Amino acid sequence: MEAHLPLIWAAIIGTAVAMYVILDGFDLGVGILFPFAKGNDERDQMINSIAPFWDGNETWLVLGGVGLLVAFPLAYAIVMPAMYLPVILMLLALVFRGVAFEFRVVSTGTRWNIAFAGGSTLAAFCQGVILGGMIQGIRVADNGFAGGSFDWATPFALLCGAGVVAGYALLGATWLVMKAEGPVADHARGQAKLLLLAVLALMALVSLWTPLQIPRIAERWFSLPNFYYLWPMPLVTGLMTLLAWRGLAGGGEKTPFFASIALFLLGFLGLVISWFPYLVPPSLTIWDTAAAPSSQMFMLVGTAGLLPLIFGYTIYVYWVFRGKVKPGESYHHH
Amino acid sequence: MDFDPVLLARLQFAFTISLYIIFPTFTIGLSAYIATLGVMSLITGNERYQQIARFWTKIFAVSFGMGVVSGIVLSYELGTNWSRFSRVTGNIIGPLAGYEVLTAFFLEATFLSIMLFGGKLVPRWLHALSAVFVAIGTATSAFWILSANSWMHTPVGHEMRDGVAFPLDWWTIVFNPSFLYRLAHMLNASYLTAGFVVLAVGARYLLAGRHVDEGRTMMRMAIGLLAILAPLQLIIGDLHGLNTLKHQPIKVAAMEAHWDGSKPGDFHIFAWPDEQGEVNRYALSIPRGASLVLTHDPNGLFQGLKSVPPQDRPPVKSVFFAFRVMLGIGFFMIAAALFGAFLWWRGTLFTTRWYLHVMAHTWWMGFVAVLAGWIVTESGRQPWIVHGILRTADATSPVIGSVVAVTLVLFVLVYAIVFSFGIYYINRLIAKGPQGSAVEPPGGPGKRPLSAAHDAGRQALAGGG
Repeated sequence: MEAHLPLIWAAIIGTAVAMYVILDGFDLGVGILFPFAKGNDERDQMINSIAPFWDGNETWLVLGGVGLLVAFPLAYAIVMPAMYLPVILMLLALVFRGVAFEFRVVSTGTRWNIAFAGGSTLAAFCQGVILGGMIQGIRVADNGFAGGSFDWATPFALLCGAGVVAGYALLGATWLVMKAEGPVADHARGQAKLLLLAVLALMALVSLWTPLQIPRIAERWFSLPNFYYLWPMPLVTGLMTLLAWRGLAGGGEKTPFFASIALFLLGFLGLVISWFPYLVPPSLTIWDTAAAPSSQMFMLVGTAGLLPLIFGYTIYVYWVFRGKVKPGESYHHH
Repeated sequence: MDFDPVLLARLQFAFTISLYIIFPTFTIGLSAYIATLGVMSLITGNERYQQIARFWTKIFAVSFGMGVVSGIVLSYELGTNWSRFSRVTGNIIGPLAGYEVLTAFFLEATFLSIMLFGGKLVPRWLHALSAVFVAIGTATSAFWILSANSWMHTPVGHEMRDGVAFPLDWWTIVFNPSFLYRLAHMLNASYLTAGFVVLAVGARYLLAGRHVDEGRTMMRMAIGLLAILAPLQLIIGDLHGLNTLKHQPIKVAAMEAHWDGSKPGDFHIFAWPDEQGEVNRYALSIPRGASLVLTHDPNGLFQGLKSVPPQDRPPVKSVFFAFRVMLGIGFFMIAAALFGAFLWWRGTLFTTRWYLHVMAHTWWMGFVAVLAGWIVTESGRQPWIVHGILRTADATSPVIGSVVAVTLVLFVLVYAIVFSFGIYYINRLIAKGPQGSAVEPPGGPGKRPLSAAHDAGRQALAGGG
C-alpha cells in the first residue's frame, strides 16, 4: 500500500485539477466573454447562469493547491516560488472577479463588470502561463527552487496562456448555449464556432512545440511501441471537435458543451502522458516529492470518505439550479 | 534598492491574513445567527424572523465573497512566500489544511448557493437546513485551521528527521495542548463579533425609528446571547492564558511586560516597555496583579523576559499593547451586554436612548478585539514560526526581495480597493434595511429591479427544469 500512496495521491490531485479546469473553466469563460455582451440585461443573464456555481467550482482550486501541500509538500515548496508572479497575479485576478459577483448587484455603474471580465481573463491567462512554465521545467538544486523570478516568462508560456484563455472561453460559450436563451445563446453559438477553431489551432501549436523543445516528451510520444498506443489521441480529439462543430451548426444545446469538456480532458490526458512520473519536471518525480506515508494515509482516509459526499452535493446543487436562465429574469437574492 | 525578503514576506502575510481574518470571524458568527433565525421562523412560523434572515443573508453574501477570495490567497501564499515552512511542516500542516477544504470549504460553498438563490427552489426546511450547514461549515473550518495554528504554538506528536517534521500520532497533533482553548476563545470571539454588529444595527434602526420591529428583535436576540457569551469569554481567556503560561511562558512575559522573573509580577494598566533598557517606563500598575491572575497567589513567580537572550524574545511592545486593547474591549463588552440585559429586565431597553446611541457605534469592537488578540498570540510566538522548531527568518521562499515588494504593493492596492468597496456596500445594505413583502410591496419605484424580478425568475427557473 505504502508504495502506491504517491500514485493514488497523484490521481486524486489530477482529478481535482481536471474538475477545477472544467468547472471554473466555464465560469471564467463566461467572464472572458463578458465584454462582448450587448447591454446589461445580457450580462445579468450571463452572470446569473453561473452565480450559484462559481464558489463551489473555485473550491477545487483550493483543493488542488492544498492537495499538493498535503501529498507532495516538496513539490509545493518548489513550484510555488518558481511560479511566484503568475500565481500571485492569478490570485489577485480571482479576488477581483470573485467579489464582482456580489458587488455588481449592490453597486451601480459598470466598474465591477470590468473587474469581472478583466479578472476572469487575467486569471485564465496566468493559469496557462503556469502550465507552460511547468512544461518547460523548473530549475532545482538541493531540493529547493534554484531559478530566477522570471524563468517562466517565455514565448511558449505566453502561448499556453493564450491557449487557456481561448479554451475557457470555449467552455463558457458552450455553457451559455446550453444554459441561456434568446440573444445570449445565439451570440454564444457564433462565438463558440470561432473559439473552437482558435482552440484547435492553439492546441496543435502547443502539442507540436512541446516535443520539439523537450526531447524527453518527444521520446514518450514518438518512440515504439508507445506510438502504437498513442496515435488514437489526436484522432479522438479530431472526432470531438467534429462533434462540437456539428452540435453548434445544427442547433444542438448540450453536445457542444460536453464535447468541449471532452476536448479539455483529452488535452489533460495528453499532459499526463507527457509528464508522468514527474511532478516537478525535469528532475523530481511523484515519489521524490511525496509526503510522509503517515500523512498521505491520514488524509487518504478522509478523502475516500468525503470526496464522494462532495460529489454528491455538488451534483445536487447543479440539479436544483437546472434549466435555463431566461432573459430579463433573475433568481438573485437581492 | 535593497529589500529584506523576510521582512517583506512577513509584512505581506501579516497584511493578507489580518484582512482575511476579519471576514471568517464575522461570517462564522453571522452564519450561526442566520441559521438560528431560519430555524426559529420554521418553528414559530413568524414571518419577521424570515425577513431578518433575508436581510442578514445579503450582508453575509458580500462578506463571504470577500472571505472566500482572500482565503484562496492564503492557501497559495504558504507556498509562494513560505516555501521552507511548507517543506519543514508540510507533513503536519498539509493534512490539517486538507481536512479543512474537504470538510468545510465544499460544504459552505455548495450550500451557500442554496441559501442565497434557492429560497423558492427547495422546501423551506431544506433552505433553513442549508443555512445550518453553512454555519457548521464555517465552524468546522475554524476547527481545522486553529488546530494547525495551535500546533505551530504547541507542537507535539511528531519527530524531526533531517530537519523535516514527521507525524507520529495524529490524535495528539490535532488535539495539541493549546488547541481546545484557542478554538473556544476564537469561536466565542466570532459569535461576540457578529453579536455586536447585530446589536449595533438594531440600535441604529430604533434610533432612526425605521424597521422598529426588526430592530427590537435584533437587539433582544443579540443581548440575550452577549450577556452569556461576553462574561464567558473572560473565563475562556483566563484559561487560555494559563495554558499559554505553561507552554509559552515568554509570550505571557511579553503580554505583561514582566522582565524580572525573580519577583512577583505587577499588572500594568499602562507602561512603555523599553526593550533596550529591559524596564518599563511611565508604568501605572496594580502591584502583584499579574501574579495574582496567573498563579492565583500575590507572591507567585512566573518567568520573566530576561530569562532568555534578546534574540529569543518576541517584540514586547506590540504584544503588550495589543493585549491591553483586547482586554479593554473585552471588559467593555461585558459591561455593555450586562447593562443591556439589566435594561431589558427593567423594560427600558428600547427607550434608553443614550444606551442605544452608544451601542449603535460599537459594531467595530469585535473586529478590533480579534485583530488585537491575533497580534498577541502570533507576535508573541516570535521569533519562532513553529515554536522551538523553526524560526520565522528560516521559513521564507528563495524569492528576491524586490519581487516580494512589488507583489506586496499590489496586494495593498487590490485589497484597499476591494475591501473599502465591500464595507461601503455593506453599509449601504444596512442603511437600506430589511425589506420584504410585509414592509412594502415588491418592485416599488427606486428599488433595484432585481428584487422585483427575483420571484418571477425563481418560478420560471423552478418550472423550467
